[in-house]
Amino acid sequence: MKIITYGEIVEQVAKMCQEANFDLGQDVVEAFQTALKSENSEIGKDILEQLIQNADIAKSERVPMCQDTGVSVFIVEIGQECQVSGGSIYDAINEGVKKGYEEGYLRHSIVDHPITREKSKGYNTPSIIHIEMIPGDEMIIHMSAKGCGSENMSSLKMLKPSDGLQGIKKYILETVAKAGPNACPPLVVGVGIGGNFERCAYLAKKSLFRPIGHRSERPELAQLENELMEEINKLGIGPQGMGGNTTALDVKIEIEPCHIAALPVAINLNCHASRHKEVRL
Amino acid sequence: MSATKVTSPIEENILKNLEAGERVLISGTIYTARDAAHKRMSEALEKGEDLPFDIKGQTIYYVGPTPAKPGQIIGSAGPTTSGRMDKYTPSLLDRGLKGMIGKGYRSQEVIDSMKKNKAVYFAAIGGSGALITRSIKAMEVIAYEDLGPEAIYKLTVEDFPAVVIIDSNGADWYQLGKQQFNDQHTRQ
Repeated sequence: MKIITYGEIVEQVAKMCQEANFDLGQDVVEAFQTALKSENSEIGKDILEQLIQNADIAKSERVPMCQDTGVSVFIVEIGQECQVSGGSIYDAINEGVKKGYEEGYLRHSIVDHPITREKSKGYNTPSIIHIEMIPGDEMIIHMSAKGCGSENMSSLKMLKPSDGLQGIKKYILETVAKAGPNACPPLVVGVGIGGNFERCAYLAKKSLFRPIGHRSERPELAQLENELMEEINKLGIGPQGMGGNTTALDVKIEIEPCHIAALPVAINLNCHASRHKEVRL
Repeated sequence: MSATKVTSPIEENILKNLEAGERVLISGTIYTARDAAHKRMSEALEKGEDLPFDIKGQTIYYVGPTPAKPGQIIGSAGPTTSGRMDKYTPSLLDRGLKGMIGKGYRSQEVIDSMKKNKAVYFAAIGGSGALITRSIKAMEVIAYEDLGPEAIYKLTVEDFPAVVIIDSNGADWYQLGKQQFNDQHTRQ
């Protein structure tokens, strides 16, 4: 049995929160550079250049690339032969978030009560934590600083099986078109298909943790991801919704088995600040 | 790309000539306010109280900055989604608000009120908060300090980059820009 201490998780999480907000992944920066070459609109090019410059400033000055430093979302894969000592993993993660956000001058953006809107007392906590058990003795913590502009334009729908692939594509294109400038394009479009009501939303979120440019291992999904990329980029929305052919940097699809009567589809949009970090313990 | 320099508060004769799609660099004074501050301002108006600052002719920036690091004037300060302020906006426009900076669509009610009151809506680049901060030269809290990043701050800006999205005639660049791009694309 491998022992991972509470303190180690706190430290690693605190570090991840800051790195996610200061240092945009190389996959995203490269996607900006690729888009800059293919973007046809002048204003679109100008915006992409400013986003590259913004990422440079954030990294070199260690300041957040966006003022919405997000809700911290975690997917933690825990090996069955791995144990946390010194306290609960949920508390350790939240303590790490609090530390990372407070010490890194990141924004506290959580209200405790969704109706009264009372601000949470724990700095930017509680975070959203999903735990998955895996074989072995490793713990892999995946963290996302998920902005709310794009989260607000995300959508879930229980389609009919007869809607089929055409229905799924139509729904995805409609969601991206409706989101327009609000979701801060160029977007990463995460799609979950199957499972059930809550599961497809989780799949959509999980798909966003895959680096940009990584296609699904399933050939039929990889092809669908490519097709959707092309169709989304024909919508003309462009960077920041001001017109152009860079509306999406990537499309990610995850599927799971579902009921004979169901076709659940969830679309989780991510703004261009696709902030994801991973640590292995 | 070329940009028009404007000073806020924006004079009426300059404001009425700004066109949807035009790039601008804003200098002067702007006020921050987002969800919570708008709610409070709206409650104040309902009670017949004054707004915490004279809104006539002014520009509001929809932003909730990150805390300033030691030595910084303000933290990262990019725009938030404007649509959440739509509910409160027409009453502010009726009281003389002339400029708004944010990102994303506005409701038809807001666009109608902008046309009636001759106001302009600008977008800054969402997610470029680290870059935008460089154009903010001073910051002073004006009201609702307890709201932290959602308080109302008076900002002094210099060459703050933005794009006119909806002009005082109601032309909307989110529609026009996409249309123009698609028209060119089909012609090619």
